[in-house]
Amino acid sequence: MNSLNLEKGSSKKSAYNLRNTTGDTIETHTLAVLVDNEAGVLARVIGLFSGRGYNIESLTVAETNHADNLSRITIVTTGTPSVIVQIKAQLARMVAVHDVHDLTVEGPSVERELAMIKVVSKGDNRVEALRTSEIFRASVVDTTLESFVFELTGTPEKIDAFVELMTPLGLVDVARTGVAAIARGL
Amino acid sequence: MGFFYAQYGVSKTMSKTMTGAQMVIQALKDQGVDTVFGYPGGAVLPIYDEIHQQSDINHILVRHEQGATHAAEGYARSTGKPGVVLVTSGPGATNAVTGMTDALMDSIPMIVLTGQVPTFMIGSDAFQEADTVGITRPCTKHNWLVRETNKLSETIHQAFHIATSGRPGPVLVDIPKDVQFATGIYTPKEKARIKHYQPQVKGDLSAITELVELMEKAERPVFYTGGGVINSGKKASKLLRDLTKATDFPVTSTLMGLGCYPASGKNWLGMLGMHGTYEANLAMHGCDLLINIGARFDDRITGVLEKFSPNSKKAHIDIDASSINKVIHVDVPILGDIAHVLEDLLKVWKSRGSKTNSAAIKKWWTQLDEWRARKCLSYKNSDTIIKPQYALERLEALTKDHPNRFITTEVGQHQMWAAQYLGFEDPNRWMTSGGLGTMGYGVPASVGVQVAHPDGLVINVAGDASWLMNMQEMGTCTQYNLPAKQFILNNERLGMVRQWQQLLHGERYSCSWSDSLPDFVKLAEAFGAKGIQCSDPQDLDEAIMEMLNYNGPVIFDCLVEKHENCFPMIPSGKAHNEMLMGDASVEGAIDAEGAVMV
Ligand SMILES: Cc1ncc(C[n+]2csc(CCOP(=O)(O)OP(=O)(O)O)c2C)c(N)n1
Ligand SMILES: [Mg+2]
Repeated sequence: MNSLNLEKGSSKKSAYNLRNTTGDTIETHTLAVLVDNEAGVLARVIGLFSGRGYNIESLTVAETNHADNLSRITIVTTGTPSVIVQIKAQLARMVAVHDVHDLTVEGPSVERELAMIKVVSKGDNRVEALRTSEIFRASVVDTTLESFVFELTGTPEKIDAFVELMTPLGLVDVARTGVAAIARGL
Repeated sequence: MGFFYAQYGVSKTMSKTMTGAQMVIQALKDQGVDTVFGYPGGAVLPIYDEIHQQSDINHILVRHEQGATHAAEGYARSTGKPGVVLVTSGPGATNAVTGMTDALMDSIPMIVLTGQVPTFMIGSDAFQEADTVGITRPCTKHNWLVRETNKLSETIHQAFHIATSGRPGPVLVDIPKDVQFATGIYTPKEKARIKHYQPQVKGDLSAITELVELMEKAERPVFYTGGGVINSGKKASKLLRDLTKATDFPVTSTLMGLGCYPASGKNWLGMLGMHGTYEANLAMHGCDLLINIGARFDDRITGVLEKFSPNSKKAHIDIDASSINKVIHVDVPILGDIAHVLEDLLKVWKSRGSKTNSAAIKKWWTQLDEWRARKCLSYKNSDTIIKPQYALERLEALTKDHPNRFITTEVGQHQMWAAQYLGFEDPNRWMTSGGLGTMGYGVPASVGVQVAHPDGLVINVAGDASWLMNMQEMGTCTQYNLPAKQFILNNERLGMVRQWQQLLHGERYSCSWSDSLPDFVKLAEAFGAKGIQCSDPQDLDEAIMEMLNYNGPVIFDCLVEKHENCFPMIPSGKAHNEMLMGDASVEGAIDAEGAVMV
């Protein structure tokens, strides 16, 4: 009998390593999921991701069709192409899900996120923070003598860049909504 | 009284207002339910009160809520109708979790109705409150907490629709006690909104045609069938037989698919997978066209993925899009219901005047027959000890001509031997826990099957350890006069665990024997059943006949060889062509890579 050398780690060849995606490219996809706005629906969707080991980079949800009680969940997720296909199929088979759109592959789309960024500083740093916010077209939604709250809408990358620039200028807090996305055109 | 109540029921339906508890009964009747498996408690008392006042629905009082769920699975699997379960809140609901998970894994239609604390107490940690919809969300196809009586009947109708359409599965409706007491308007079945859940049943014709083209050219094809054929209904099994006849292709099946093609059929290769036959597994490995009909490339089937059926084109017919391309990439995916797709496939086959490559198919059969000749299920018999395989061969010989035989099993070696040595000619005759592998499934499942088929011969092929897990349901057998037979292959071991420990844990038999087993004969008597024990192969036939001739429940304690291993076996981490055979050495059979897998 072979001795068990479990040190080597788990088998790379078994059904248990389906998501061991070494060698396969990891893609980021934005999914728009139309669901019944009923109790527990968000828990269902989130439970699917955690239960099957899928990633959620960001998730936003709100009722978008009040007449039919439908909510739109926008999920940014990552995975190999086959995992992405599987995520969409798993979402689509849920009873509360009406529609799944992969905005990343279904033609061009726009993505936006809203952030509020609090910066506490004095003197040159305060001036620099305000100047930078203008370059980013952020607006000031609250101010005291020593602080600003900026509101910024844009792609997640734009918000990341702004947050990075604010960090040495006295950044103390960031609130972000996560991505909302919609297809371009008709 | 019966007449009076029937009148009363009609007028109630016409006026369409009734209490929530009455709605439950009315909705079940409208759905054609004749049997409910359940257990009462505080949060479902109003419903039990209604059950007491009617006679259309037969309530079977189980002895444990898990028993109710497996009984419902047995009922469903043997009839093709959904199984219905009624249990109380809190512990009643949590006890039902295993059965729902089992039904989810094996795609069994099941409706579970649970009581809940009154709406105004939800969230207060009330007595016997549990977050039932929260707990059961991942183990149901869908579930609902009904907060208004006016929505109750429509929800129950929706629950039946969802449990039975598309890929079947368990659903749960959680009903707070105040909703059961309150009065509301009954929504009839026809008016329930079910439009948005309508899974596609017709397959894409161009994909079907593509498959037909592949079938015309195939030199080494194989039908790899599964539980989906059985779920699709009797017609699907019939069409599979027609298709096999039209093509002369070989057929194998998963554990869940046994019976969809007859074991006596000439194209039958036996079950495939971890404990499948040599011929079935080598056919999978060597084929050039693999046609998956309602199976799901489970890891018990595929073995190591990289070496799975390396030279074949693959087609997959399945009603669940998420099953297609989940594990194995296929060349021709066909989304649809098996019966619908096979019907269209046969139409296309006929209208094209399709012919197979018969020379090649003939050659393929020569190869398959060579593999068959290996007789992979042969074993060394004994004059003194009952070999478990022998016990099942005798059981098969003495029962296979019964017109109405149903087999349930527990989980372990005995289950695999039953799959190997018993033959199933028709669908819905074989009830076993496949995906979840739930020990304790068999006794209650045999209860459910026997309730559905009072004249059937129902035998639960059990292991000593599994059988104990839900043995309380013997009480249910006695109470309702259910003559189900418990055929225990008693090896005084958790045999399957012992086998794995022998093969990959250096023969360190940690906690894998059944110590302090009860005296099964006395136990049978204590339950009001008949007990039979047999240890000598010479006595076996007579003892089995005694069991079969007894008109009532029997516990048959069949003392078998304790250290028998179940072969063939594809060790975890290996491929179909790396099977271990019964007579082979098992030294070093499973290496480090395989050892981490279950
Ligand atoms: C509920 C549950 N617990 C544990 C297991 C793991 N398990 C699989 S087979 C087995 C042993 C079964 O023993 P027995 O019923 O006597 O059957 P045998 O293998 O001896 O035929 C165990 C413990 C399981 N499948 N289900
Ligand atoms: Mg045993």
